[in-house]
Amino acid sequence: MTIINSLIDRLSALWASIPEFLHAPIIKTAEIIGVMLVVVISVALLTYAERKVIGWMQARHGPNQIRIFGLPILKGVAQPFADVIKLLLKEVLLPSKADKLLFLAAPMIAIVTALTTWAVVPFSPDFVLADVDAGLLYLLAMTSLGVYGVIIAGWASNSKYAMLGAMRSAAQIVAYEIAMGFALVGVLMAAGSLNLTDIVRAQSGGLLHWNLLWLFPLMIIYFISGVAETNRAPFDVVEGESEIVAGFHVEYSGATFATVFALPEYANMILIAMLTSVFFLGGWLSPFQGLVPADWLLAQSSFLWLFVKTLWFLFVYLWIRATFPRYRYDQIMRLGWKVFIPLTIVWILVECGMVALRVGPWAQFG
Amino acid sequence: MTSVRSIAKTLFLGELLQGLAVTFGYMWKPKFTVHYPQEKTPQSVRFRGLHALRRYPNGEERCIACKLCEAVCPALAITIESDVSADGTRRTKRYDIDLFKCIFCGFCEEACPVDAIVETRIHEYHMENRGENIMSKDKLLAVGDRFDAMITADKTADAPYR
Repeated sequence: MTIINSLIDRLSALWASIPEFLHAPIIKTAEIIGVMLVVVISVALLTYAERKVIGWMQARHGPNQIRIFGLPILKGVAQPFADVIKLLLKEVLLPSKADKLLFLAAPMIAIVTALTTWAVVPFSPDFVLADVDAGLLYLLAMTSLGVYGVIIAGWASNSKYAMLGAMRSAAQIVAYEIAMGFALVGVLMAAGSLNLTDIVRAQSGGLLHWNLLWLFPLMIIYFISGVAETNRAPFDVVEGESEIVAGFHVEYSGATFATVFALPEYANMILIAMLTSVFFLGGWLSPFQGLVPADWLLAQSSFLWLFVKTLWFLFVYLWIRATFPRYRYDQIMRLGWKVFIPLTIVWILVECGMVALRVGPWAQFG
Repeated sequence: MTSVRSIAKTLFLGELLQGLAVTFGYMWKPKFTVHYPQEKTPQSVRFRGLHALRRYPNGEERCIACKLCEAVCPALAITIESDVSADGTRRTKRYDIDLFKCIFCGFCEEACPVDAIVETRIHEYHMENRGENIMSKDKLLAVGDRFDAMITADKTADAPYR
């Protein structure tokens, strides 16, 4: 015990010896590193969950051999970590005719944009890395920048398949970004703010106050657009194994493959799932708010609620992938431009009507 | 009217939800997987796996270098060179099967007049170096010696049907 006490004393003395103005940056940096680590580990576990869930839905078992340190529990959980070690130990191949600089820059762009978006996500009532007022705009900007990683990867590879995949990705993301933006306009109208914490706060007061009920079509459209944005099945023509081998990441191997493809894609999936919960399911708000006494644990707002909601949307991601065959490319374009954009505009008009007539959550302004 | 109905159907994602219900149901069903290294599926005595050269019970090689297997092999996987052995009989000097060329059709076994070349039910083998895909005479005889009991039992079990 004395050793631990003296260690604590030493550490607090060390902390006190650091100048006061450095305390805030050090704490913030530690928070950022913590969030990044959690995201990266979640990505690893998500790849495992994906293989498991899709396996179960196809009446298989999924990975069930690799165990943590060989312990006889949780068979298969160590699979993603084994995969990561394998990827990092593999050789990084550079195609001889590739643009070397851009070829290596693309994974960096992809991973940086995928990780920076996490800065504005409100994890709990009192934890968000950057509580900025234009958070929503920042999110839209960053997720749009992510496409540069894909396009540059495709172009720098100097391969026809990679090029085709990158072109498809660009066209698809442009189409769905608009529907996504329009769906978020509805959220903005409901919350009256671009700050993500305020958007969550505006939904407080129980299940009926969530955007889920009043903006249900927008939620469906936002989530499906999110699936298309992250290039997931059934919108994964960007990878399109049957036609263009693997799309934009054909030429990537080893660590660059992990950073150009696996990490950003899964990090963005988690992000979209979390944002859908934030925008439409009241983020960290408890669904029992107003139904049970306010001092019960069940009614408290906490990160756990956001976690549960995010898990649900991630499950839907995997569920969709296990269920639907890939869309044809022109159908993807038709769905984006001719179905989603008109639908969002119609629902924004409906919402305008609701605001004008002071129904639902807008009654309080009346 | 039908077009209105079909549009409504698409809009409310009816068929998509049906599909999702099917996969969700399958998630809880028992799995069909055979846990391979621990569990194995039953195997026929006629299974055609790794080749072996057999001997007579007195230890003499069966193969008489007639080259019928080499002639019948559709994949040209067998190479034979023959010679006269010390006791004056015709024997193979070289008997190579290239496992990469072999298609495991079993014609060599059918063609053999003395039941020398056979395909065993061994299918879990691997190669670690280049060139190990060539099964030389020594290796084939070694397989035959090692699994003699199994090969004899399999051929006896299959004999009434031939």
